[in-house]
Parts: sequence; C-alpha cells; structure tokens
Amino acid sequence: MKKFFYALAFTAVSLWFLGPLFFIFLASLTPASDFYDWSKILPSRLTFEHIQKLLVNLGGWRALLTSVQVAGIAIGISFALGIPAGYALTRYRFRGKNMIKLVMLFTRSVPLVVIAVSLVTLYLRLNLADTVLGVGLAHAAMVLPFVVLITSSIFSGVFVEYEEAGMVFGLSRFGAFVRITMPLALPGLAASAIFAFIMSWNEVFAASVLAITNRTLPAHILSTAMASPDYFKFAAGTIMAVPALVFIFMIRKYLISMWGISLK
Amino acid sequence: MRREYLVPFLLILPALIYLVVFIGFPIVGTFQLSFSSPEGWLGNFKYVFSSKDFQNALLNTLILAAIVIPIQLALAIALALLVNKKWAGYRTLLYIIAAPLALSDVTAALISYSIFAPNGYLNKILLSLNWIERPLYFFGYMFKSREFFVIVLTEVWRATPLVFVILLAGLQSINTEYLEAADVFGFSPWKKFVKITLPLLKPSIVSALLIRTLFAFQIFGVAWLLAGRDIPVLAGETYYWYVLRNNRNVASTYALVIALVTFVVGWFYIGTIRSKHLEEGVRQ
Repeated sequence: MKKFFYALAFTAVSLWFLGPLFFIFLASLTPASDFYDWSKILPSRLTFEHIQKLLVNLGGWRALLTSVQVAGIAIGISFALGIPAGYALTRYRFRGKNMIKLVMLFTRSVPLVVIAVSLVTLYLRLNLADTVLGVGLAHAAMVLPFVVLITSSIFSGVFVEYEEAGMVFGLSRFGAFVRITMPLALPGLAASAIFAFIMSWNEVFAASVLAITNRTLPAHILSTAMASPDYFKFAAGTIMAVPALVFIFMIRKYLISMWGISLK
Repeated sequence: MRREYLVPFLLILPALIYLVVFIGFPIVGTFQLSFSSPEGWLGNFKYVFSSKDFQNALLNTLILAAIVIPIQLALAIALALLVNKKWAGYRTLLYIIAAPLALSDVTAALISYSIFAPNGYLNKILLSLNWIERPLYFFGYMFKSREFFVIVLTEVWRATPLVFVILLAGLQSINTEYLEAADVFGFSPWKKFVKITLPLLKPSIVSALLIRTLFAFQIFGVAWLLAGRDIPVLAGETYYWYVLRNNRNVASTYALVIALVTFVVGWFYIGTIRSKHLEEGVRQ
C-alpha cells in the first residue's frame, strides 16, 4: 500500500516537472508541417532544422556567444573581488563585520530592474552603453554579493587549523591560503561559479535594457520571439533549457546546501 | 599590529567599491530620474499613479503574488515532506523536481507556450481524445483570464522548486529526536506535523516566502512573453516605457515603485513574522 502510494506520487510529480520539458524538446524537433497538423501529436520524423535556422540565420549563435562572454566577465569580476571579501569575512574579526554582511544581503535583494535604467546614464558617460562588457559588469554586480556570502561560508567549512599548521611550517598567510585553503574550497567554488553562470545566463531585464545590438540570448529571444513563427520559439526554448539543465545536473551535490547556506 | 588590523578592510574594499559604483550609484540615479520632470519633482509620479496602466500593473502584480505564492508554499511543503521520507527513489525525485530550478522565466514562458499555443500539445491531445470540438485559445486580448491562468501555472511550475529546495534544507536540519519523542508519546502523523515539524520549519518558510515575494514583484519574462501588455505587470511597464517608449523618467518611476514595494514587503516579513518566531523561541 505504502509502496503503491510512493510509486504513484513519484510518477505524478515526475510528469508534472518533466512533462513540459519533454514537450518543448519535442516541439523544437517537429517539422513545421507536422506541427500545424491537428491530427499529429507525435511527429512523423525529427528535424534539427528550426534550431539550426535560429542559430545561423536569426542571430541565435551570436546572442549565445554574447551570453557566454557576459557570464564569463560576470564570473571573472565577481570572483576576483568576492573571494578576498568572503575570506576576510570568515577569517578575520573586525568591527563593522555584521554591517558589511548586511550590506551584502541588501545589495543581493536589489532587483536589477531598479538599477538597469539609470545604469545606462552611467554607461553613456563611461562609453559602455550597448557593449558586452557593460552587460557583464552589471551581471557582476548582481552576482558579487552572492559570491561574497557563499565563499565566506565555503571558507568557514575549511578548518582554520590547516592554515595555521601550514603557517607553522613556514608558509605566509597568503601562501597558506593559496596552497591549503583554495584547493580544499575548490569544488564548492566551482559549484558557485556554475550557479553564477546560471544567474547571468537567465537574466533578461538588464541585458535587454543595457544593450541593443549586443543582446544576450534571453534578451534576443525576448525581443524577437513575439514576431517569429511558433517553431522558432520552441527552438529558442530548447537552446536555453539544455545548458541550464546540464549545469543543474553538474551541481546536484550542492543543490541543497547552495540555497540553504546562501539564504542564512 | 596596525597593519594586521587593516588587512580585512583592504580585502573587502574592492567588492564594496564595486557595489557602490554599480548598485549604489545607479539607485541614486533612479531617484534622480524619477523625480525630474517638466511638471515639477513629483510630475512623473502624478502621471504614473493616475494612469490606468499603472493601476492595472500594480493590481495584476499583487494578485499574481497573492495567488502564486500560497500555491507554491503548499505544494513545496508537500513535496519536501515527500522527498524527506527516505524511500527508494527519493533522491531521483529530488533531482527531477530541481530540473526547472535553473530555467529562466523566458524559457519557462516558451515551454508553457508549447503546451497552450493554438497548435500546442494541450489542444492536440484534447482534440484527439474528442473532449473538445474546436481548439481552445489561451492567448490574445480576448482571453485575458485564460492568459492569467497560464501565467499562474507557469510561475507555479517554474518557481515551486526554489521554495521546495529551501524547505527541504530546513526539514533536513530538524533534529529527529523531537519526532522520535513524539512517537513515544503516540502523536498522530498530523499532530507531529502541526506541533513539531511546522514550527521548526518556520525560519525556512519565512526565508522562502521572503525570497518568493521579492521575486514576485519583479515578475517580467513570463508575463511579457505570454501576455504582452494584455496583462501589464510593474516590471513589464518599466521595460515598456524604457525600451519601447524611450522614456527613462517614467521607466525609473516604475522601477522605484518596485523597489519601494519590495522594501516594504521585506520589512514586513522580517519585522513581524521573524520577531514573532524569535519570541516563540524564547518562550520554549
């Protein structure tokens, strides 16, 4: 009886969460003629035509590369600035520490909607309007507080005694950090980087407002999807969904702790 | 000694400066833009507040949050309880539920479009089952309530996993000794849930509610792609006024309203619910 209940629950929940994903994958691979044929639920053959057209002819490939560049810039900057800050928050006692943590939490909850429009004014002055770098810098600002908070909790998981032992054996504090703490924290940091990638990959508002010609994939789709035929919409959905699903699979070990910790 | 004292600040300073430049500065800019208009410093606000679009956008955003969030919370609690029981396959189910976690709102909107489009799978399946004679239409100005329904469904599908993961993390940190003690005293499963699990889960529920409510006021991609301006929402109006009407001032005014509502909601949660929780903690 209990076994039956679990089997039923498993099936129902899986269908609810995976069903829609299956549908968009199927729709993106369905030939246009089959899609517009009412009697055909399953296509007679599968085709990559729509995905290929979206990538090659409709600017999808360029937008995808822009997305990757933007995420790369965002991850690079936010980790370069966030790791030292996260380390300082874990390993040092100083006045104003809680204040700084609060500032991080606050900036983490500021929606990009609020800052994107006026950021354009700043960008016009800095010659960053409509550039990949500009969008990347904005995404770095979105990701940075997350990186500070999450790295600080990752570093606090590495025992300070290891570092002290290293320093007893003649390493400098920086040397101990690079040789001992970093390698131990690396898996967690890699998972955070993947998570940061997803945050940037999915962000659409700032990417739409800050750039017109250099749009990321979601922004490109947002501005063109309404006008394209349905099968291109589905192709776009599939292209956006696949990396996100792959990345979630990669960080599955950290899935719970990532959100659990990052919320404290 | 003095140098050692400076080190943590030097480590944090670059991050802080960056946040000031890219978040603090633009926030000030948003204030400036929204308070400057030819009709005096409140001109934009007068214009925005008196427009029908704003009232609709605010109302839609609030209604969406009021419908979506309770459903998500109830579903997520049920799912978290289900996964937290260590039966065969619970781990697989955890990953399946987590699948939409990484999907953007744009992707989620396109996914639900593949189901609810005129030629979408729902219509095809219902027609082939002979349950309907003509296809059902879910999109377009004429079908606002159906569009609303699809937006709600999409948001529930997309964002319930986030609530779920937060609650599951909370459930897993509950000390099982409490539940074992309850077993000794012969508590029913329902009584255990209401008297033990739920109160101990409260901090996680508050975080989940806070996060979800904050995001609810930023709802954009799903509503914009599925309904356009048929169902205006606050962030959608910001986008519309900036990108399509090229008016930074009105766009900033909308952005500021979002920030304000967000702030009030966050303050409400932390101020009322959390302090109540803390008091309960003291009484125990």
